[in-house]
Amino acid sequence: MLDRAATEITSATRPVRFRGGGFVPASSRFGGWIALALVIAIWQAAGSTGLVNPLFLPAPFAIARAIYQLAISGALWQHLSASLLRIGVGWVLGTAAGVAVGFAIGLSRLARSVGITFISALFPIPKIALLPLLILWLGIGEEPKIATIALGVFFSTAISVYSGVDAVPRNLIRMAQSFNVPFATIVRKVVWPGALPAILAGFRITASVALLLVVSAEMIGAQYGIGAFVLQAGNLMQTDQLLAGVVILSVFGLVVGKVINLLETRLLHWR
Amino acid sequence: MDLIANHISHRFGDLAVLDDVSFAVSAGEVVAIVGPSGCGKSTLLSILGGLLQPTSGAPELRGAPPADSLNPLTFVFQDFALLPWATVEENVEFPLLHTQLSATQRRALVDDALRRTGLTDFRKTYPKQLSGGMRQRVGISRALAVKPAILLMDEPLSALDSQTRELLMEDFVRLLADGGMGAVYVTHNLEEAARLADRIVVLSRRPGRIREVVTVPMTRTERGEAAAREKLLALQNQIWSLIRNEAIDAEREVQHA
Repeated sequence: MLDRAATEITSATRPVRFRGGGFVPASSRFGGWIALALVIAIWQAAGSTGLVNPLFLPAPFAIARAIYQLAISGALWQHLSASLLRIGVGWVLGTAAGVAVGFAIGLSRLARSVGITFISALFPIPKIALLPLLILWLGIGEEPKIATIALGVFFSTAISVYSGVDAVPRNLIRMAQSFNVPFATIVRKVVWPGALPAILAGFRITASVALLLVVSAEMIGAQYGIGAFVLQAGNLMQTDQLLAGVVILSVFGLVVGKVINLLETRLLHWR
Repeated sequence: MDLIANHISHRFGDLAVLDDVSFAVSAGEVVAIVGPSGCGKSTLLSILGGLLQPTSGAPELRGAPPADSLNPLTFVFQDFALLPWATVEENVEFPLLHTQLSATQRRALVDDALRRTGLTDFRKTYPKQLSGGMRQRVGISRALAVKPAILLMDEPLSALDSQTRELLMEDFVRLLADGGMGAVYVTHNLEEAARLADRIVVLSRRPGRIREVVTVPMTRTERGEAAAREKLLALQNQIWSLIRNEAIDAEREVQHA
């Protein structure tokens, strides 16, 4: 009765304006690819019509041609394999040490006191600045380049690991202790999976750090490697080759990102 | 096995939280601890369960636990404390992993605990897929798997809605019915305390001291009957009159903190 009466009294109705749109972190599935294709098309058009000097900015087709020629000549694999070897060995060494030190800092009061002091003091140093010193210590071979990458990866990894360990909910650790679960099992079954999201996020950063450092190190002292190749191309004003190197680096970064995405999907499916 | 709070006092820095609290929980007995907010109820439970060292006094055990008990003092946590990356059955099995039990024995204990809490069909489910009530059932199931002598329950229903609370309370009554397992039940809900406990320890405002120990004069089975409701309500009113003024003071103190 009341509802009906209310409807009768206010016969002229108007809808309540919707005010809840937007502010949703969502993106369209193909939007990014379409935008990328559009930018490449405009870039190509600007190059083809002579609007942009190809010496300063070669067109995408020219860069693609340069990559193709590098591939069939075998130079691409020569440079890429040299870089991948340095990144791979340096990243694994840096990550292994970073994970060990990060866990020690996260789990031991003594290690935290000592470790955080050293990390705070040494982390801000640009690791590439240490390359000359590392060459002096380790010689002019692969070792100083690998050590530079390992150092860069180590600090970021250690920080992300101990931050991850710190972020493991204490209630889960107390729960485990309340069941008399031994320390090693708590680390393996509670701390490690609890810290894994932060550790994998750290991997994403350290992959970029490794890429940055390998290019820098190769520009300073290497015959082969993508960094050396980019530098040589720049010196010879071969900008299509230079950008071919940049594209290869970008693709490498994308591939690493995808691998980490896959790892996250597989290992963090519970989130 | 009896659990004894022996003159327990505790301070967090300058803040005195508990002051000379002594009482005993006999085998199979359910003791509720109630009191105003911040009176140290949860702190007392952590001390009794060995998760926090008291400033003075000590928690003590008298007598041997049941032979098959794998963890005589077992917590049921307010926030469930489930491993989010583990399935229901993995969570329930977690406290058994470090024991000497074989995989078959562990499996039997997990199956039994899941059956008793109605979780058998949810064994492969992850905690995030469950409602609050079901998550707490997993916490209870995990506690049952280690065959505790005394359950230490820290406001186990406070994070749940009223209907789920009612259903879980029925589960608690059923699980504690045979008297084989005792419990210390920390709550701010007097109805829960009156429904479940054999005795109710009433703590004063911080620092928590024992104001009174109230015995509930009927069995848990009798409390489910309609005739008992009036008596239980009178009991709740009696306890509320003990703590009402202090609860008001405590609330104001928390708001000004």
